[in-house]
Amino acid sequence: MVEHRPLNDVIAYAILTLGVFIVAFPVYLALIASSHDAGTVIGGHMPLSPGNHTLENYYRAVFVGGSRTSREPVGHMLTNSFISAAGIAVGKIFISILSAYAVVYFRFPFRKTAFWIIFVTLMLPVEVRIYPTYKVVSDLHMLDTYAGLILPLIASATGTLLFRQFFMTIPDELLEASRIDGAGPFRFFWDTLLPLSVTTIAALFVIQFIYGWNQYLWPLLITTQDSMQTIVIGIKKMLTTTDELAEWQLAMATAVLAMLPPVAVVVFMQRLFVRGLVETEK
Amino acid sequence: MANVALRNVRKTYAGGFEAIKGIEFDVGDGQFCVLVGPSGCGKSTLLRMVAGLESITGGEIDIGGRIVNAIEPADRDIAMVFQNYALYPHMSVYNNMAYGLRNRRMPEPEIDTRVQEAARILELGAMLERKPRQLSGGQRQRVAMGRAIVRQPKVFLFDEPLSNLDAKLRIAMRVEIRKLQRRLKTTSIYVTHDQLEAMTLADILVVMNGGRVEQIGNPLEIYQKPATTFVASFIGAPPMNLMALREAGDFHAPARDGILGIRPEDLVISSDTPAGGLALNLTVEAIERVGAETYVYGIRSRQGEAPTVSARPGELPPGEVIVRVPGAIGPAIGERIRASAPRDKLHLFSADGRQRIDI
Repeated sequence: MVEHRPLNDVIAYAILTLGVFIVAFPVYLALIASSHDAGTVIGGHMPLSPGNHTLENYYRAVFVGGSRTSREPVGHMLTNSFISAAGIAVGKIFISILSAYAVVYFRFPFRKTAFWIIFVTLMLPVEVRIYPTYKVVSDLHMLDTYAGLILPLIASATGTLLFRQFFMTIPDELLEASRIDGAGPFRFFWDTLLPLSVTTIAALFVIQFIYGWNQYLWPLLITTQDSMQTIVIGIKKMLTTTDELAEWQLAMATAVLAMLPPVAVVVFMQRLFVRGLVETEK
Repeated sequence: MANVALRNVRKTYAGGFEAIKGIEFDVGDGQFCVLVGPSGCGKSTLLRMVAGLESITGGEIDIGGRIVNAIEPADRDIAMVFQNYALYPHMSVYNNMAYGLRNRRMPEPEIDTRVQEAARILELGAMLERKPRQLSGGQRQRVAMGRAIVRQPKVFLFDEPLSNLDAKLRIAMRVEIRKLQRRLKTTSIYVTHDQLEAMTLADILVVMNGGRVEQIGNPLEIYQKPATTFVASFIGAPPMNLMALREAGDFHAPARDGILGIRPEDLVISSDTPAGGLALNLTVEAIERVGAETYVYGIRSRQGEAPTVSARPGELPPGEVIVRVPGAIGPAIGERIRASAPRDKLHLFSADGRQRIDI
């Protein structure tokens, strides 16, 4: 039973509006800052209305790069970020859907053990196992490669758990009907399980893409060449200059650009994403 | 076309629990066999063993002259209809039916002929492009049947296919299944816990209890001559009245100990006692009027009279006797009545209820 009292509505809206403001204001500020020239931004008084250097700033950010830091232009970093984020998302989905399939549908020795080992990795995020991971990646000569950016972040339990929970809601009779219909394990996976998992896959893709996109520590450690930099690292490097003034307007333009791909992913996949998280009817 | 034979079939689970304790029966070519019993009696397990979805730990199952113990479900040439239909939710009705045929690499024109034919028989023609979730329960049920029909298997297996439908639809589908089976002449094994469904569908009825067969036979024969008290109280609604023999009043039996059974419809309210028959004095406790007939629940009122024999589900509470009276007119609550039955309507069982004794 939901109560309806006008005062409650007013309070609720006020709180929500405040929440939106808190989240949106820094983004707005970044947008504003990216439309002024360097002098205005550094001047100390940030204007609240857009300036008229928008095109120039974004053009420089994307194609030229910061004038005095000789860093990579943003376009290249966006590509790097996109490749690693998409690689992480796709790789993770691939690995977790297969491991969940094995854990849920196959009886093999130490199945429970296998599941718990996967489960335990939840408690070991990249930051905790960073030294051994670095050592392994470095021994495999994967520093400064896409493989090095992607592979260590693929292994994690979240996806496996999500798919396992989903598979367990699929009635056993569907598997039995498939067996009687002459579908082997691979056919069942491909013809039945995969099509039913589409929304779950979409949800996981959105979550993992953003996770991959926002990676900071790992790319910072293993990329040394500018050509392999991701956008998040790029923004950071724009702001640490030794004897120059940081070009805040370019950093802000870059930040705005860096926001776009994850936003696009969320917007385009929102319908599937929400269905994947709430769907119960099979 | 095939017959199915079960030879001393057993199922013991890894934990040592014996679900099926040695079952033997034959289903002739084109016959409709119904397995009936209470929940947990092993009837579904047995069906799944025939299907190949459960392993067989003892004995043999023979389908069409071939021992299938070690054969995969897909290669046993059977088709199964599940209780929850188990339709592929993402496939259209057409593809649901065609899927099994495609997996067998049947040429597409042949698949189309078969699916169209099944759709015609089941009146699904207009729904072939729909997804299962857009169908009603009865329609889904028919698609599940269609998926079985298109395979043209040796044996149909039905696992309580009607229990998810509402009462009216259940009766309609029951008739439809029977007609369909007569027409296709495919050997069928059907599992249900509904004794009415069992009675109306079966050529051969197998009554199961606790992993064993209680009685096998023609449904009417089983109704008229139940072999054990379990069968007597399970088949027929309302259930047969059972009472210990020594409490059965004026009745003179060939044995001293035993259980006496009498069906509610064989009791007549009248003051006289038929020769050699049974008469019971009852106080009316409750009355159920269903229109065409009335069920009178009476407690035997004689002083010191012991309760009727009952313990298991489907049986009467102690001391109670049901009398079926045709029409809507019956005695009033609290009234004392005398109900009697002629000798040839009585059933007599050994004291443990495991054996029928001829009177």
